[in-house]
Amino acid sequence: MTSKTWAFEDFAAGQTIDLGTRDVGAEEIIEFASEYDPQPMHLDEAAGKASILGGLSASGWHTCAMFMRMLCDAFLLDSTSQGAPGVDRIRWKKPVLAGDRLSGETRIVATRESRSRPAIGLVTMHSELVNQRGESVFELENTNMFLKREAAA
Amino acid sequence: MTTDSNLDEFFDIGITVPLGSHTFDAESIKAFARKYDPQRFHIDEEEARRSVFGGLCASGWQTAAIWMKLNLAMPGKRWESPGPAPEFGPSPGISNMKWLKPVYAGEKISFSRIARSHRPIASRPGWRILAVDAEGADSTGVKVIQFESAVLVKTE
Repeated sequence: MTSKTWAFEDFAAGQTIDLGTRDVGAEEIIEFASEYDPQPMHLDEAAGKASILGGLSASGWHTCAMFMRMLCDAFLLDSTSQGAPGVDRIRWKKPVLAGDRLSGETRIVATRESRSRPAIGLVTMHSELVNQRGESVFELENTNMFLKREAAA
Repeated sequence: MTTDSNLDEFFDIGITVPLGSHTFDAESIKAFARKYDPQRFHIDEEEARRSVFGGLCASGWQTAAIWMKLNLAMPGKRWESPGPAPEFGPSPGISNMKWLKPVYAGEKISFSRIARSHRPIASRPGWRILAVDAEGADSTGVKVIQFESAVLVKTE
């Protein structure tokens, strides 16, 4: 048995999990972009304003990383997660701008047992982040592997 | 007048472009993961050894972000056709990202891109969408990451 709150059996289609909130600061946007995505609209307020994005905006990869942290804190760290083989789809729908407050939700789409690995179950999820104006900025669909409760040490 | 064949040439349609390589050292794996993906197999060697992965490995998001870093550092072709040079804009998203194999601390990963196709966007006159496949492979040539990317390009 496991002390983790979330094992495979705890997920059910239709369930939603609150991802909490995260404030997006200019400093963090610039720090991430300097390392991984040094395009002007991610590094400089004036360049961001002049761009199609309309302001200093987070790299889409930074939004993915911030989303991952929200997912970790919401339930993944307190789960029997065995990682994910990938992501089916990511949509960067609107710019994530400095000063934005993101909130979000993960909806469980489907669950099924692994055919090849009896200790594991697969959970398909659809997640969405919205900004403080209620606009949807990010969507992601993926399938994560979780140990069944009995298999978790 | 910007023609499709000028754009094919400019985008290197169908041609694999090597982006160079990146060595994932333990410290940078842990630094990224502490901020964005603090699962035990990304932040602690000992716990990672006992995990399903058997060793410290990079967050898949860091592997993808390194592709972006190297992709940006590798300039495209110079525009040598009539008309204004195309300008790259943001990406609407990606699909089918596969983390095929863990990237362990100390591994050197070689990345590449291959532009597949481009088409006009009905809702945004003057802009096209360019589809690009991304890939990373370890030193033995085994693929560790792949995904299908897209980017908006202003061509008129």
